[in-house]
Amino acid sequence: MVKGYIGKVAKINLTKDKIEVGNLPEEYLRDYIGGYGFAAKTLWDELKPGIDPLSPDNILIVNIGPFPGTYLPTSSKYGVFAKSPLTGIFGMAISSGSVGQQMRQSGLQQIQFYGKASKPVYLFVDDGDIQIHDAKDMWGKLDSWQTEDKIREEFHDERIGVAAIGKAGERLSRIACITNDRNRQAGRTGMGAVMGSKNLKALAFRGTHEIEVAKPKEWKSIALDLIKRANGPATLKYRDLGTPINTLNFQKLGCLPVDNFREGTSDRAIEISGEVMAEKWVVKKAACSCCPIACDHLCLAKEGPYKGSISSVDFESLFALGCCSGVYDMNAIIKAIEMCDRDGIDTISGGICVSFAMEAFEKGYLTREDCGGVELKFGNGDGMVSFVDQMCSRNTKAGDLLSNGTRFAAQKIGKDAMHFAMQSKGLELPGYHLSALKTAAVGFAVSIRGGCHLRNGAYSPDQKGTFDRFKEDRPDERAKEIKKVEDNYAIIDSYIICKFTRGIYKNDDEMAQVYELVTGFPLNGKQMSKVGERIVNLSKCFNIREGWKRDDDTLPERFFSEPQTRGPAKGITIDRKGFEAMKSAYYAARGWDENGIPTKEKLKELGLDFVIGKLK
Amino acid sequence: MALNSRIQRIRIEPVINYAMSCQFCTDPPCVAVCPQKCMEKDAKTGVIHVNEDKCDGCSFCIRVCPFGAISLHTTRKKAILCDLCESTEEKEPQCVKYCPKEAISIKPVNAMSQEARKEQVLALIKGIEKEAKETQKEASAAKA
Repeated sequence: MVKGYIGKVAKINLTKDKIEVGNLPEEYLRDYIGGYGFAAKTLWDELKPGIDPLSPDNILIVNIGPFPGTYLPTSSKYGVFAKSPLTGIFGMAISSGSVGQQMRQSGLQQIQFYGKASKPVYLFVDDGDIQIHDAKDMWGKLDSWQTEDKIREEFHDERIGVAAIGKAGERLSRIACITNDRNRQAGRTGMGAVMGSKNLKALAFRGTHEIEVAKPKEWKSIALDLIKRANGPATLKYRDLGTPINTLNFQKLGCLPVDNFREGTSDRAIEISGEVMAEKWVVKKAACSCCPIACDHLCLAKEGPYKGSISSVDFESLFALGCCSGVYDMNAIIKAIEMCDRDGIDTISGGICVSFAMEAFEKGYLTREDCGGVELKFGNGDGMVSFVDQMCSRNTKAGDLLSNGTRFAAQKIGKDAMHFAMQSKGLELPGYHLSALKTAAVGFAVSIRGGCHLRNGAYSPDQKGTFDRFKEDRPDERAKEIKKVEDNYAIIDSYIICKFTRGIYKNDDEMAQVYELVTGFPLNGKQMSKVGERIVNLSKCFNIREGWKRDDDTLPERFFSEPQTRGPAKGITIDRKGFEAMKSAYYAARGWDENGIPTKEKLKELGLDFVIGKLK
Repeated sequence: MALNSRIQRIRIEPVINYAMSCQFCTDPPCVAVCPQKCMEKDAKTGVIHVNEDKCDGCSFCIRVCPFGAISLHTTRKKAILCDLCESTEEKEPQCVKYCPKEAISIKPVNAMSQEARKEQVLALIKGIEKEAKETQKEASAAKA
């Protein structure tokens, strides 16, 4: 029998109020590992192509891997998947906290939501018992933090894991996220809106299901060692100053996005640096279940109108709502992050939407009236906080517009707005100025979920100096590096574990070994990479079926034509020809044709025969 | 909170995390209240043992424990509480060994008070040193 996995899938049809529980087949578990892999396969098999992501036709998948509840550090993670309302392609968001572990103990491996409930509801899986509860006391009334408290109070149990949407999700904002344990979000690609479109307010889990491991003795010894390593030098950055240490490092490299990516440096960067944050703002570091790192740097707003506000500040939230919007007031940033988390929008997309609106305001495309009377200029911290609320509430013209992301807003505004909509395939870009990072430029552009640093970590070889980050040379080597890391990251997202622990494994073989010891399925490093490749290819095929074209793998025009005017990356743009050559090299490294379509041979090699003939 | 854990994690939002377990009371109410007389305090180690053959899961001990340190095993339905890992292979407290933040320690009361005294004196000396340094600085600045 398969160990590790709980193996149960619940198919919940919210329209028909019908719940079916079944077992996931052994091959499915083995060939797709968990999280991301499961979702790639299920969305390919079950989702009708071309549907409207916010219609009842979409399928929302909530998934875990084989590890939650085991000793493996950072294993309490879950993933949420659907066709994304923000990008129109493969949507995925991963979060941690206590939900992964509680879902495992509640007895479910996967939940598939079909249809739409006739009224607001929430799901409670109580030790294998799947219940759909009325959410009328929550919908339109409680934010995600309050919803979590309310459900825990209702069942008198503080350990219940709750993932909930706020008003942004209820109001179908395409940048809506799902929040759990206050500070953790399944943030990207608008999964909160898909929940909202199904009238689903929250997911709650608890249970007592035990976890069986295939080889307990060997497992314990390696897992305890991994816990020690997860508390060692490989994760020091995250434990010490946290990801905000990036602020000054990126400033040095000229890749810190400032004023909606017009610049890559700022003379005020120090004010939002990890160093100053640690000294002045951090009041507590907190951890997710099963994690020795404790990367959540909880910061307290100490003065002004936002005094008393507390939120977890990481680099991505910090740059987006901070320097990218020209804001250096930590009080306002802490408040804005809290609002994003509570009312439920992704801080990266939300922050980039603010900075887009600021630039549009500056150009006169948005008026003061559109922005609820706010003078939405770069650097206006109070304006930024107000605009975050306008996007969550959708109560002003500009707020409503940006609530659907920058690509949608730019299409509506027209003129040259798309030039400065800092997104790729609809997903707002994370905190890396890409004209100063040429490998990352192509890595982010080819990502299967749109502008994202977590698909292939292609910024790393640029920052480490493996490649010349200002040039488009050595395309084949860059392509191979991107592919290698991308396949590995697909495994990390399928296991699902935290990318912060990617450095604690000695090699791929060891990472594969933990899977073998827990599940009993034999796996070595080489085979593991193949599985990763299979998952990336299948989700790519999903995108192709949804109409993806080579030209969609691109970046905002700004990077190609508008160089930074200061700092180490001054005067540098991305050369379009070189960029396209790197894209071609990437497709070639993947065994795809010049148009980025996987070849028959590749699909066969990866055991994806069922895809052949189905790519338009 | 892990399942059937002998110690408990308390989280009070937004910033408090605390590990709570048996405090090894001198006159433990759990021992006194147990109708089955299945709980016993080890005179030497202070650990309170539960005789699982006798325990019928009535949970009186859980109700009277002022620290909320006892819980009922979810499947065996027996009272469980911290036994300093006497019942494990390792025989010594694993939470202390593995807590990545070194946040958990087990000490006799007099060792704790001795440490507290030392800490206070060190803080005091630090204050004096700081004051001395500042005075020196001021003096040299005045000279210049």
